[in-house]
Amino acid sequence: MTTIAAAGPSTYWYLTRSTGAVSLILLTISIALGVAGVSRLRSPRWPRFVVDALHRNVSLLAVVFLLVHIVTAVLDSFAPISLIDAFVPFIGSYRPFWLGLGAVAFDLLLALTLTSLVRRRLGYGAWRATHWLAYACWPIALLHGLGTGSDVKSTWLLALNLSCLAAVGLAVGVRAITGWPDHARIRGAALGASAVFAVFLVLWLPGGPLGHGWARRSGTPTSLLAGAAGK
Amino acid sequence: MSLRLKVNPIACEAHGMCAEVLPELIALDDWGYPILNERPITPELTALARRAAEACPTFALLIERDTPDHQER
Amino acid sequence: MSPQSDPAGLPRLLVRMPAHGSMGLAEHLALHGELPFAGRRERRGTGLLVDLVEQAGLRGHGGAAFPLARKMRAVTAGAGRAPIGKRPIVLANAAEGEPASRKDRLLLESLPHLVLDGGVLAARAVGADELILCVDESAEVALRSVTRALSERERAGGDGLRIGVQTVPAGYVSGQESALVNLCNGGPAKPTLTPPMPFQRGVRRRPTLISNAETLAHLTLIARHGPRWFRALGTPADPGSALVTLSGAVSHPGVYEIEHGAPLQSLIEAAGGTIAPVRAALLGGYGGTWLDGPSIPELLLSNDRLAAHGASLGAGVIALLSAEACSVAEVTRVTRWLAEQSSGQCGPCVNGLDAIAGALEEVLAGQPSAGVGKRIARWSTLAKGRGACRHPDGVVSFVASALVLFAEELADHARHGPCDACVGPHVLPLPTPIELAAAA
Repeated sequence: MTTIAAAGPSTYWYLTRSTGAVSLILLTISIALGVAGVSRLRSPRWPRFVVDALHRNVSLLAVVFLLVHIVTAVLDSFAPISLIDAFVPFIGSYRPFWLGLGAVAFDLLLALTLTSLVRRRLGYGAWRATHWLAYACWPIALLHGLGTGSDVKSTWLLALNLSCLAAVGLAVGVRAITGWPDHARIRGAALGASAVFAVFLVLWLPGGPLGHGWARRSGTPTSLLAGAAGK
Repeated sequence: MSLRLKVNPIACEAHGMCAEVLPELIALDDWGYPILNERPITPELTALARRAAEACPTFALLIERDTPDHQER
Repeated sequence: MSPQSDPAGLPRLLVRMPAHGSMGLAEHLALHGELPFAGRRERRGTGLLVDLVEQAGLRGHGGAAFPLARKMRAVTAGAGRAPIGKRPIVLANAAEGEPASRKDRLLLESLPHLVLDGGVLAARAVGADELILCVDESAEVALRSVTRALSERERAGGDGLRIGVQTVPAGYVSGQESALVNLCNGGPAKPTLTPPMPFQRGVRRRPTLISNAETLAHLTLIARHGPRWFRALGTPADPGSALVTLSGAVSHPGVYEIEHGAPLQSLIEAAGGTIAPVRAALLGGYGGTWLDGPSIPELLLSNDRLAAHGASLGAGVIALLSAEACSVAEVTRVTRWLAEQSSGQCGPCVNGLDAIAGALEEVLAGQPSAGVGKRIARWSTLAKGRGACRHPDGVVSFVASALVLFAEELADHARHGPCDACVGPHVLPLPTPIELAAAA
């Protein structure tokens, strides 16, 4: 076991981490584009049907990157992750909770994608109702990345995560404010929830993923910890 | 048999994407709602018309097939 | 058995109308005879009853004047194509959202069995097994009368079909056909996109025949006395009699039964004459047309004769505007109300009617923006025909005829603002009062 760990991270491990990061970026862009569309932001150089098409294509691209992210995580021999862990949350042996969040986010994204592919048959009302899940999917994906990611402490990845958080925060802000004061209570609640989430992260990160012994605390199997050098 | 543009005025929310895709046949009124050219869609514009109907986020833009005994609304 | 009536053939519907309360079942049957076509379910609509209706030329009295026989045939055709278990259903429309109309309410309050008989006959004609009576939810007296009438019929053995009452929330468009279907299907009383038309797929996806309460009352008498009797009054194109609600500058406003084609002048006389010089007459309701006062003597009350003046009887609403009232204030107030009555589902209607009402308010207050006449015309073109129902079309017609007829008064207000008559008593009735800032 130690020999495998000592051999260093495999290509798969690099791929799964990088595609994970790219997926987060793509999902962030997708939310920004979606908000731009529904808030009817107008630009002379960007027709709205282009923004809409971009939103759909970026989302599909995110799904593709996620599939690579999942397959490479499964193929990698370092962590005991099986394919089912990508769909059924919390049953895995590697950081079950934090990995499970990824499965939840992925399930939500699958639901979003499938409902969007059959939206004509589904009807506008039902499609719109399920699409709200996007706002649940993103923070769960972010938490999954922060909890499972082995690079979280690196500056560039931390900066990436915080930039994505800021972008989505801005998007949610725009979404909540456009059309105010219609549905004022729900919009206020959404802004409140976002603020709470941001505050939670600020308070949790230093003692959590950025703190000592996170690998052990987050549920990395003890057999892997020996070679992980407390990262 | 010809194809014509039709809009479901209840579903329409004036997003205006249809007019962006098919300005040849769709104009927007003072409030952003579509004014359709109701004449048959020419073969050259048919593909664009379908894209316009696809682009509508609320499925309000429809393409109707005219049949000989079709009654106008 | 011919009904007892005066030599002119009237009244027919309103014969022996009780001064108080409603006519009970026994008296109704004694007066008009037993309900014909009893126990005979005409399953295909090409039955005898539909033929009688067609020969009589009965048209709808809800505003559209659509031939009833054609509607019935469309429903049975739809039922013929539908799978088993999709029997047609009949809606008797007494929602009467038109504020200046009272005829349907009167029928339900005083002569409910006329309407119920008609509903039952219509159901038999199209092979329906259910009849729903749609009544304004605030019409307490009518609802009580209907409930009483239904239990009377129940005690007498029933009519062999399910009869229910659906209360309709207040609203100008709540009585629109697709709105009623929407309501009966558990949705709001708001119009829906057609096609599919109610006669194809309506309440619970069944072919639905929707008929105005008064139309059904006429059906009741046609079934008993035959088409020739029906056609003994009226004109060839508009046979029979009709109920009209006369309001405004007359001595005795109210509901009257007229012969189609009768002169408006004779109706006014029957109502005790005018109490002030008449500036204009509104025909057809708030979606209708304004006609000049001096033209009244030549007006004959039938759709084909009024068409020459660009008007129609509509739901039989006639309002006489006295010269002492402010036409601009009246039109503005009603237009603003009509704009608020939009079901709010279609952009061109919501925005167009609001813009038109706003422009009229500006004119009334003497603060019109530049080119207001042109802008009203533009908005009218944008609103007309671009909604899911005909509400914006009616408002546009109402305003257009007002702009032509009251051009002088409008110009006067544009220049000088509110006139003395602006603060006078309101002539055109509205269920919810609209106070315009200008009239203060």
